[in-house]
Amino acid sequence: MTDEFSHPLKAHVGRLVTSVGAAFPGERAVFRGHDLHHDLMKSLGWFGLCVFGITGRQFSPGQLRVLEHNFVVTSYPDARIWNNRVVALGATARSTPTLSLAAGNAVSEARIYGRGNEYRAVAFFKRVHDDLAQGVPLDESLKRYQATQGNFPGYGRPLASRDERIEPTMAEARLHGLDQGPHVKLAFKIERHLLSQGRPLQMNQGALVSAYAADFGFTPLEFNLMYHCVFLCGMQPCYVEGLSKPAGAVFPTQISDVAYEGPPARRWPESYTD
Amino acid sequence: MSVSPIHTRIWHEVPEPNNPFAAKAARCFGYDVYGEILGRASWAQMIYLLFKGEVPSTAQATLLENLAVALANPGPRDPSVHAAMCGGVGGSPAAASLLAALAVGAGSSGGARDLYLALTAWSQLGPEPDLWLDSWRGWIDSPPVRPDEAWPDAGHPPGFDPNGVTTATTILQTLECLASTRAGPRLPWLLAHREDLEARARLPISIIGVAAAAFADLGLTPDQGEMLLLLLRLPGAAVHALEQPTYGFKQFPFYPVELLDDPMTRIEK
Repeated sequence: MTDEFSHPLKAHVGRLVTSVGAAFPGERAVFRGHDLHHDLMKSLGWFGLCVFGITGRQFSPGQLRVLEHNFVVTSYPDARIWNNRVVALGATARSTPTLSLAAGNAVSEARIYGRGNEYRAVAFFKRVHDDLAQGVPLDESLKRYQATQGNFPGYGRPLASRDERIEPTMAEARLHGLDQGPHVKLAFKIERHLLSQGRPLQMNQGALVSAYAADFGFTPLEFNLMYHCVFLCGMQPCYVEGLSKPAGAVFPTQISDVAYEGPPARRWPESYTD
Repeated sequence: MSVSPIHTRIWHEVPEPNNPFAAKAARCFGYDVYGEILGRASWAQMIYLLFKGEVPSTAQATLLENLAVALANPGPRDPSVHAAMCGGVGGSPAAASLLAALAVGAGSSGGARDLYLALTAWSQLGPEPDLWLDSWRGWIDSPPVRPDEAWPDAGHPPGFDPNGVTTATTILQTLECLASTRAGPRLPWLLAHREDLEARARLPISIIGVAAAAFADLGLTPDQGEMLLLLLRLPGAAVHALEQPTYGFKQFPFYPVELLDDPMTRIEK
């Protein structure tokens, strides 16, 4: 029998053993082995620090620019979009900015868009790329994927077919000579292949940025961490405007706006017996 | 352009004649909430109705009531409650403390995703209890391949305690109490076969494992169970978050750090 002193968690009690950093209030802060205020601050901007913190690796300015570019082209201040709507509803209910944004970002971890889609897409491209490298034909690799993982993440868009963000993203990548990486080329190849099979599932922006992430060496988890707030700049204006309107004025719902489709009226049991 | 209404099978309101935004009556799955349910139904009966769309039997309501009591407070050592206290001690909004508890308590090790996976296993068992032990053994030995998803792998079979030594007394008490309600066959079966499963997993069952069997006996889907577990553990998170400011942050642990990669140490070397 294990006695209390040999329990494997005992070694972790009452202290933090860490390699990623620590704050020494009044003195300094260490970030992954560097002095945050005198070393990293000179060499990295917020975005560079973000990816360095997640991966421990430094990326080229072009790679950072391509990744950051997506934070711009995907920031839609449209309160109808589900995650943005959460933020606008937070404003109309007079919740705080941070609570509203935290909820909006959490909701962005959706299966059919956002973080869930991107996580699967990075893994998808890596799987198919590895298959092709081992000589597996594309069609067979895709069938194998579909049999074990389901639909192709990042192909087909919930609300529209053509994704208007792809062209500017490719243009930005071209500027930095990064538009011909193996996973990005594969992403377009898959789109063409599906089209040739009579399946016009157009690639969406989530797929494209995930292909770039794979080209730049991100794991799905690393990319999830980095892009957790990629929609943020679209959300903030929705909050500001929601707050400028009367309380409750963002998407007020009348009783007649709800379609009831459940059982008809019935009586609650008078006496509660089985 | 016409806008789709919100579709629901759960809630039906009748407007006040002078205000399209105010309800004169509200029915939940057909039952008059404020005219008949209120004052007669227990909280557990209402929760069961909301999730299942039907009035629970006495045994089902008793099971849910007891499960809610057992889950109400995971206690201050639990990571989800610890997270809520981090909100409370610093004066974060109440919702932030509960968000913290939900996010941490959602996890695949000891959290709601753990329960989702365990409940998935229960839901995939056939109707013959005689076959359940073999199914569970197979499931423990060869867990199903999981799809690509952001939930990190827990590294242990769902419903078991990766840091357990023997089954904790509180968990046994919970299992015995819940099984005694006889709301379904799974809890009594788990009570009878717990040691077999634990021997196979080389781990004791966790409160999540017990809750999963209870949710299975209540007929909840894995999605429903995951959601309800998150809800039922919030009271403890709330009160511990509220309690910490009364002690003050100086009495809340702030742990010593051992920094393994310190530039100052490197310079000194």
